Amino acid sequence: MGQGFFLLFAAVSVITALTVVLARNPIHSALALMACFLQISAIFVLLGAPLLAVIQIFVYVGAIMVLFLFVIMMIDVREAVLQRFLPGGNLPALVLLGLLGIEMLALVLWSDRFSVSEPVAVSGGDEVRQLGTTLFADYLLPFEVASVILLAALVGAIVLARRESG
Amino acid sequence: MVPLSWYILLGVVLFVIGAAGVLLRRNILVVLMSLELLLNSVNINFIAFGHYHGDFRGRIFAIFVIAITAAEVAVALGILVALVRNKSTLKVDDVTMMKG
Repeated sequence: MGQGFFLLFAAVSVITALTVVLARNPIHSALALMACFLQISAIFVLLGAPLLAVIQIFVYVGAIMVLFLFVIMMIDVREAVLQRFLPGGNLPALVLLGLLGIEMLALVLWSDRFSVSEPVAVSGGDEVRQLGTTLFADYLLPFEVASVILLAALVGAIVLARRESG
Repeated sequence: MVPLSWYILLGVVLFVIGAAGVLLRRNILVVLMSLELLLNSVNINFIAFGHYHGDFRGRIFAIFVIAITAAEVAVALGILVALVRNKSTLKVDDVTMMKG
């Protein structure tokens, strides 16, 4: 049953990711990206991380995508819709992408380290409690650094988006 | 149960699609969305490895990746709004101000 669910979520996420890249209108790209994030959060649930799935939905679907849609509505995208969306002369980038994909697929398929089929049983106890204890005990300094980075990004975004001499 | 390699393959496919969006599209908004796709494929890999090896560090680093992504998107969209206000273009090829 888990395999069926995984194949469903993976297929839908790959299709919506292709829609993000291939859609002509940026609004369609944003909506497809939202659908892709929802599928990825479902995959997080399959991986036994429901807290991460909730964080994914809150942060990505709730905050980042709304920000994207606001910005798309603020600026004029009609000119971007009319222009050619995939330049045909970008052959080096296509070759690079093909090599990258083939290399990573070969590495994953030929290696025997990724053939683990059963997850290691995590020691008992509440998952969220263990996650919080690890986050606030062992990784306290990176947590504080991340909060400072978020504050700096907040101030920077306000300064950047403010009108000059306003 | 689902083998670990399936999750890694899904991460590979999403990473290549996101890289294609970053390299091939000329619209700044779509390039930013493809960057989000890249970071999400990395998150899938983190959580899959953490789940199959019984380690919490994958989830913690996924949380950090999500937090830093939020900061990155806020700054990038601020830069984008300032750019559109000054140059009124959305094509990455037209933005060559830092080229010197």
